[in-house]
Amino acid sequence: MPITSLLDPDTAARNMAEIEPQYSPQEALVEAHRCLFCFDAPCIKACPTGIDIPGFIKKIASHNLTGSARTILSSNILGGSCARVCPTSVLCEGACVMLDRDEKPIKIGRLQRYATDHVFDNDLQVLHPPEQKSGKRVALIGGGPASLGCAAELALLGHDAVIFERKPEAGGLNTYGIAYYKLTPEMSLKEVELVKRLGVEIRTGVDVGTDITVAELEKEFDAIFLGVGLGHTYRLDIPGEDLPEVFEALAFIEDLHVNPLHEVAVGKRVAVIGCGNTAIDAVTQAKRLGAEHSVIIYRRGERDMPAYLYEYGLAKRDGAEFIFNAVPVEVLEKDGHVCGLKLARTKVDDNGKLQVIAGSEFELPFDMVIKALGQEKMTDMLKSIVPDVNLTRNGCIERDAATGQTNVPHIFAGGDGANGGSEVVNAVGEGKKAARGIHRLFTNEAIEGPIQWTRMGVVGDKPVGSGLDHPIRVDEHETAFI
Amino acid sequence: MADLSINLAGIKSPNPFWVASAPPSNTAYQCHRAFEAGWGGVVWKTIGEPIVNVSSRYSSLDLNGSRMVGLNNIELITDRAPETNFREIRECKDRWPDHAIIASLMTDTRENWHDYMKASADAGADGVELNFGCPHGMCERGMGSAVGQNPDVIETIVGWVMEVAEIPVIVKLTPNITSINHAARAASRAGANAISLINTINSITQVDLDRMCPEPYVAGQSTHGGYCGPAVKPIALNMVQECAADPEVLIPISGIGGISNWKDAAEFIALGSTSVQVCTAIMHYGFRIVEDMIEGLNDYLDGAGMKSVNELIGRAVQSVQRWETLDLNYKRIASIDYDTCIGCNLCYIACEDGAHQAIALVDPEAKGVGLGPGRLPGKPVPEIKEKECVGCNLCALVCPVDACITMIDVDNGKDRMSWSDYQAKVASGEMKPIPAHP
Repeated sequence: MPITSLLDPDTAARNMAEIEPQYSPQEALVEAHRCLFCFDAPCIKACPTGIDIPGFIKKIASHNLTGSARTILSSNILGGSCARVCPTSVLCEGACVMLDRDEKPIKIGRLQRYATDHVFDNDLQVLHPPEQKSGKRVALIGGGPASLGCAAELALLGHDAVIFERKPEAGGLNTYGIAYYKLTPEMSLKEVELVKRLGVEIRTGVDVGTDITVAELEKEFDAIFLGVGLGHTYRLDIPGEDLPEVFEALAFIEDLHVNPLHEVAVGKRVAVIGCGNTAIDAVTQAKRLGAEHSVIIYRRGERDMPAYLYEYGLAKRDGAEFIFNAVPVEVLEKDGHVCGLKLARTKVDDNGKLQVIAGSEFELPFDMVIKALGQEKMTDMLKSIVPDVNLTRNGCIERDAATGQTNVPHIFAGGDGANGGSEVVNAVGEGKKAARGIHRLFTNEAIEGPIQWTRMGVVGDKPVGSGLDHPIRVDEHETAFI
Repeated sequence: MADLSINLAGIKSPNPFWVASAPPSNTAYQCHRAFEAGWGGVVWKTIGEPIVNVSSRYSSLDLNGSRMVGLNNIELITDRAPETNFREIRECKDRWPDHAIIASLMTDTRENWHDYMKASADAGADGVELNFGCPHGMCERGMGSAVGQNPDVIETIVGWVMEVAEIPVIVKLTPNITSINHAARAASRAGANAISLINTINSITQVDLDRMCPEPYVAGQSTHGGYCGPAVKPIALNMVQECAADPEVLIPISGIGGISNWKDAAEFIALGSTSVQVCTAIMHYGFRIVEDMIEGLNDYLDGAGMKSVNELIGRAVQSVQRWETLDLNYKRIASIDYDTCIGCNLCYIACEDGAHQAIALVDPEAKGVGLGPGRLPGKPVPEIKEKECVGCNLCALVCPVDACITMIDVDNGKDRMSWSDYQAKVASGEMKPIPAHP
């Protein structure tokens, strides 16, 4: 049976409403006043864009919302979307000292949203590029968070930035690929507009390599930033994979970002293969669009899943189901449509290797299958458009982590295409660092700040640096050190 | 159970907690509700020639999310007729014979004072309180703080009152004066039986930056008000102690100023108050707060082995001495407990930018305390530079963790030496002047 949409417009809109709405002024004030205003706050060290978090929170407490938003956006131009999509429990909030006082961490994400919403709701421009331009021009390939972060910083440093985006809109995964109830495409597009207002030009519908070559760009521009992101979802390579009801997770999510919610087709029994954060986005959204059963199928056990605990909790609250230790071996077909999955049980052998248990196959009825196995690297595309740029063994762009510079001195890189796949906030931070790297290439001038260096950790006379300089994740630290 | 009953200059009360003369003590209805809740006494809202109030009368200071840390008012004395107030005092006294009702009075001429004193005694009031403190509205008419700011006038008016006094007289003092001692001594010289302090402090709480006018806003204008509430407690405690320690005062004290709970009350009593008066906390939460005050004071007295609240009165007065008598050789330094330190480093920056640069930031691994609470790799921990630490207490004050930073007494083997001793020793050549700090 082909699948159709299942809900009326009102129900669909209600189910997809934001899970964490904007704070009321009183809620924001109470929360802001809880913040201790730590000096070299660990949250700054755990933010990959190094936002002066205690600084912006105290500005909320003093009713200086415009200043608060300026503090956020000057470090992270996508502070509005990061406030909504950051896994704060392993970043800033995970590092909050309140946890060590046996109290709940400050709700940094929600406060950040409160401050940045003030700017968007009141249409304020809080950042102003210099009037004096350097005359240097930078082309940015890809219009996602890394390029937006890089372009905004370049504009603020006085350089011309032009983004080339293949799709009809910029914003990358923020516009097309994040669960609707966390971040709406409208919000992402407001941030794109914010970047444009800094003087950044965005040329959409342009596929670099097809519509324009890198060689042509090099004639017009002084430097190039590669913010190409990642590609398609990995294939299952099993029979039935090309049936019409088998989707890539990001294609399914994109579907409900570019079409009215009540027109998005969804199965009544949906299987999602994989258990990362994108799988969670897919399984919850299928459920919220009316699926009776929305089931994660994961080859390993509950403890091994890559999704954050917070995301796992979200999916369970939404009534998603989980089948662990199972892999699909065939997508079952009836009359040219998906009618189920043949699955096999798995086990981990003594060497820690995953094995499929022979003879353990079983079948379950599904009418839609969503693949969320992680994204492929853009290796072929990169080899074709920038053949001289070195790639790492796993197909990422090789670059200096502090400056984003590749082996080709005027080509820089950041974001998923360079780091292999991380958070939006990491992409913005890497874009920003690359912009500073480009600025250094142009002017030989190093940019630091904006935070007083002693506030980012000092041992003796040695500065330690913020999360922009050394991105960390608290969960990894706890595993490694505690 | 400790005995909480008190006797302030002949005014008996089942406990030391009195409702201060203010909006909560305006009517018999409120007086009944206060006694039902457990208050020991009520000082009636000041009686005088009825006045006319403005609308919009209060404004507050809010601090870090806490409402009404300080309260400012421009309300005047009672707007009800003296006969109504005295009739209601009689009614309340008949129903609550064992509780204290004190008539607060404010008038002008000798005759009028005599009339009000007689009316108070006739109504059955246990005592009177002369309002020499109100800082707005009445002082312009030569009453309230206009009296309290001039010791000679205090002495004259108290003298008139004492000519006819049949019941104890408390004089309520204004803090809007350079030295509270002179006002208290004047009251004492004139024969007053007790003093109460402090009345409200002249104040403007904030300016509305859109209207360019302070609150409370009255048709495009505002005026200087009277400030009270938790924020004034330190000022009040200071003045209460000054009066309690003054050998020229020597009359009982009813303490007033930001008292919100039993602990505040106990501190006022320890610095010399016999009763305490409360207003702002009632205006914030209602009369019910007295339950905790009674229970808390009782438990404290039991725990401290005191059988009566009278044993607490004035216990801490003598510990407050002139600066020049303090021991210059006493030494304390800060000590950090790394097991509870959460790594906010507020102590560091408070000392570095705000005090004496006696805290360093060091590598926790090198320090040997490892990655404990609040520590990320590369995030330093604070370390006291013991040679530089002057023991000022600031780090312990800003530390948000209980008992994480403690101030430790250091035995430096030196004998006690006050500033006065030091001056004498230098003058006699017994010691050389201590070198100035670099």
